[in-house]
Parts: sequence; structure tokens; C-alpha cells
Amino acid sequence: MLGLIVDVIIYIFLIIGVFFNFLAGFGLLRFPDVYTRLHAGTKCTTFGSIFITGSVIILGLKMWYLGSADGSVLAIHTAGALIAILLTNPTGAHAIARAAHRSGVKPVAAIVDGLDEMNKKTIKKPNEKKEVKK
Amino acid sequence: MIEYFNEYIIVLIALLICVIMSIIRVVRGPTAPDRIVGLDTINTIVISSMVIFGAAFREVIYIDVAIVYALLSFISTLFIAKYLEGGDY
Repeated sequence: MLGLIVDVIIYIFLIIGVFFNFLAGFGLLRFPDVYTRLHAGTKCTTFGSIFITGSVIILGLKMWYLGSADGSVLAIHTAGALIAILLTNPTGAHAIARAAHRSGVKPVAAIVDGLDEMNKKTIKKPNEKKEVKK
Repeated sequence: MIEYFNEYIIVLIALLICVIMSIIRVVRGPTAPDRIVGLDTINTIVISSMVIFGAAFREVIYIDVAIVYALLSFISTLFIAKYLEGGDY
């Protein structure tokens, strides 16, 4: 009875994860802009990967509970993969967005660019700052 | 005969469709940051599909490959973003 409930939880987690990964691909095709595509392609894959690795963690815990020695190793290594995804994915998205804005790509329907105005007022351009250092 | 579990193979096929949709964006993207967003999405989907592959064949070594792939793709994404940003580095 307990094994059946755990199996149903694993399947629900797999369905949620695949659905959000599919949403990521669909939004990457349909959105009009770099920033909106980044919004779709990064958040949805992070959320879906959390659920997919979570289902594999639950599978490993179930195998460990049923007496298999491989189950605990499976669960712990999958938790390591989950921590790696959680640390690296938002950082990479932030770096891509910053590089896109500094390389001159504007949002499609935007009228006011607040970040650009703030950079002009307060902070010097990054190239000038590096020249001062030399 | 290697034993495997059918439900995880179905999930792998669904993730393959997501990778194909991202490859279309990488090919068609009008600017360079569009292509990099597609590449980053492909990297994350490949990590989760490697975890699913390890669960389908009950092998832990694929999950270790997934961890190393996550860290290396993170470094490559950071360097491509740094290259796009311009300036000297």
C-alpha cells in the first residue's frame, strides 16, 4: 500500500517536470524578445528539473527502504545534481541578461529603459573604469 | 539483456522533443543572445535527462556525469556571456 502511494507521487512529479520543460521549449519558440525568452527558458527548466530530480530522489529513498543498497547512493548523488542545478542555473541566466543588455539588445516594446538611464547618471561605463585601473 | 524501466524512457522521449524545440531557436535566433539562451536551456534539459537516464537503467554513474556536465556548462555559459559583453578581459 505504501509502495503504491510512493509510485503515484513519483509519477505526479515526473508529469509536472516534463510539463514545465515542455513549457520552456514552447515559450522559447513563441516569445518575441531576448529577455522574455530568457524568462521562459530559464525559470521553467529550473522548476521542471527540481521536480524531475525530486522524483528520482524519492525513487532512491524507496529502493533504500525496500532493502537495496544502490538506493541510498542514487538518492545522495541525485541530491548533488539538484544542488548543482540550483546554484548554477540562475547565475548563468543573470550573466546572459547582463551581457545582452550591455551588448546593446533592447526589449522589443519597451519605451523607458530604466537600467540604461541609471547607468548614465551614476555609474561610469565599464570600459572607462578598466582604463582608469591601468 | 539490460533491464530498463519503460516509464523513464517515455520521459526521455518527451525531453528530446523539448531539446528539438530549443535547437530550432538556436538555428533561427536573430541575435547572438537568443542563441545563447537556447544553448543554456539545452544544457539544463540535458542535465535532467541524464538524471532520468540513470534512474531508467539504475546506474549511478550517469548521475555523476550529470553533476560534472552541470558545472562545466555553467563555466562555458559564463565565458560566452563575458565575451558578448565586450571590452578587454
